[in-house]
Amino acid sequence: MTAPLGKDLVGLERLSPDQIRLILDTAEPFKEVSERPIKKVPALRGKTIVNLFFEASTRTRISFEFAEKRLSADTVNVTASGSAVQKGETLVDTARNLEAMRIDMVVIRHPSSGAAAFLGNRIRSNVVSAGDGKHEHPTQALLDLLTIRDKHGKIAGLKVCLVGDVLHSRVARSNIWGLSKLGAEVGVCGPDTLVPRSIEELGVCRFRRIEEAIEWADVLNVLRLQLERMEMGFIPSVREYYRVFGVTLERLEKAPRALTIMHPGPMNRGVEIDSRVADGPHSVILDQVTNGVAVRMAVLYLLAGGRPELADAAKRGAE
Amino acid sequence: MTRPLLLSGGRVIDPRRDFDEPADVLIQDGKIAAVKAGLGAPDGALVRDVRGHVVAPGLVDVHVHLREPGNEDVETIATGARAAAAGGFSAVCAMPNTDPVTDNQAAVGFIVRQSARAGLTRVYPIGAISVGQRGERLSEFGEMVGAGAVAVSDDGRPVVSSHLMRTALEYARTFEIPVADHCEEATLASGGVMHEGLVSTRLGLKGIPAAAEEIMVQRDILLAELTGGHVHLCHVSTRGSVELIRRAKQRGIRVTAEVTPHHLTLTDHACETYDTHAKMNPPLREAADVAALRQALKDGVIDCVASDHAPHAYDAKEAAFDDAPFGIIGLETAFGVVHTELVLNGVLTLPELIARMSSAPAAAFHLPGGTLQPGAVADVVVLDTATRWSVNPATLLSRSRNTPFAGRTLTGRAALTLVGGTIVHEVEAAPGR
Repeated sequence: MTAPLGKDLVGLERLSPDQIRLILDTAEPFKEVSERPIKKVPALRGKTIVNLFFEASTRTRISFEFAEKRLSADTVNVTASGSAVQKGETLVDTARNLEAMRIDMVVIRHPSSGAAAFLGNRIRSNVVSAGDGKHEHPTQALLDLLTIRDKHGKIAGLKVCLVGDVLHSRVARSNIWGLSKLGAEVGVCGPDTLVPRSIEELGVCRFRRIEEAIEWADVLNVLRLQLERMEMGFIPSVREYYRVFGVTLERLEKAPRALTIMHPGPMNRGVEIDSRVADGPHSVILDQVTNGVAVRMAVLYLLAGGRPELADAAKRGAE
Repeated sequence: MTRPLLLSGGRVIDPRRDFDEPADVLIQDGKIAAVKAGLGAPDGALVRDVRGHVVAPGLVDVHVHLREPGNEDVETIATGARAAAAGGFSAVCAMPNTDPVTDNQAAVGFIVRQSARAGLTRVYPIGAISVGQRGERLSEFGEMVGAGAVAVSDDGRPVVSSHLMRTALEYARTFEIPVADHCEEATLASGGVMHEGLVSTRLGLKGIPAAAEEIMVQRDILLAELTGGHVHLCHVSTRGSVELIRRAKQRGIRVTAEVTPHHLTLTDHACETYDTHAKMNPPLREAADVAALRQALKDGVIDCVASDHAPHAYDAKEAAFDDAPFGIIGLETAFGVVHTELVLNGVLTLPELIARMSSAPAAAFHLPGGTLQPGAVADVVVLDTATRWSVNPATLLSRSRNTPFAGRTLTGRAALTLVGGTIVHEVEAAPGR
């Protein structure tokens, strides 16, 4: 049987709508595993997975690790600091050494765009991107899609606007591909310094004022504003950014409908998002985190050759 | 006293004299002795039957990096000259971003001696504009020219200081050498790894906007106008630069420009798979830029083709796109690529291509060669314009393999290269020909 997703998952750009739907559908039965007292199924028993993190990460790394452990895989975490990477080992050498220890999968987070595909083309193990540079963060977009689907019962026809630093955001790129492929309308909103000029060629609507984006959208996915962008001169100050682009309660109250509020985290409260909005009734930010584990279980399961129709059965196995 | 050599029966193209007809070429004592149909071979002469081939002035490449001294594991002057000979080049100009930098007469003299020792394609040194290419203080142009330098450049780094560029252009006038500039506005290009556009947005790679080049092209043109100096613009890559150069030439400003085979034939789409062999500086641009560069080469707005041959170790390119070095090799593929893509597609005539790869670069850098005029130095190439060959990096003569043209089928290659009448490269004739 050929793997339904291919060998690696490095982005959503090259996935078909059916493949994306398959992941979301496969995630459904896995959601329940995390609600049990004993959160474990044997689907990946005996598989060895390396979490190779060249960049700091809390949420994504822990989410992958929970997903792996709840599928009964054996996991090893490697971080750039305190490893051979710090001693100047190249990415390809690190990968070959890991593979020489006979592993099955690598989950990689790397500061260089394309690093996940680079690795996937050079080792036999499955490679899952946990974010590569400014390129893609596929599992984040998948959990965003799942959360939108949970909340609205559909994705097609919804208007979803990504707000903030689109230029440097891998989350934004993966969301644009995923949402468009599933039939949503995608908008982007932010200052021109943080939105690439060519973005409209990807088929998204562009908003230069947050008020217009709020009026248009059903869902806002508020991107994190990396504070170092200010030092790099992209925006004059955090204060002004919040004043001009902040997703505030006052702005949302003027919207014709209640908007679903998402954020990939970690949040800068009072910078890109108002605390009252983040903690408000329409925020699904913590649902995103919960769904992250289920989506990653689905991805790992499918890449390991798990049959989609057996996902439901797989979770029963052990008992 | 070497034996005379008769190249018999070829199509002789000498763009400088507007000469294009079947003729024999006789070479004696390192010089072109005669070009005429029906020449007999003198006693004891070597004869090469070049019927079906083109005899032209040896190709000239004014922009190569031969990595010696400092990086002899990726290229040396001898291996670079060998690759150049195989590519049909009788002369190349070596950029000074070596380690240590070629910024003084002793360093220039070293390159001249290494070139003579190799005895292959002539390697002319280009001296650094500034000491250590640090962009601060002028190097000793006079002493470097005395030792054999033919131009100055800080290539690899743009000349950031407009004052330094101005003084370089003024000071170079005494020695009648061009000042070659790598046009890149550093603050705009900073951190960029490819052309800024839709592809860079999709790939999440930091872009280098066309304006980063054009700002400096315009600055250099203005300074050439101010000083009367000769500025040579390296590896022009954008349609905007082409327009600026076109207008400058119309106004009579002393500007010459080069374009690489890869900027004439590839676009930023080559980066789509994060292929580090598509990473070069300036970056591969868009189809509209390629079209403008082709037209500019045809019109003579861009004077010449130069390879920007930039060898790198295979494992340096075996990295994530951000982490790989800029640059590709090009000496052995330059003629084949441009001939296949521009001449066979009707953009350029063969005599035009030979002009852009031989007489024009020789004229821009005041080099001997570039003509088959009797009495001229016998730097000659015999071009087989019919043979199809596949680019196999493993069989290239350069010490490096970093080419984006691997696996491409090209039409046309050098069959025979002469430097001062000496054969430095010859493809063995296929049996029965």
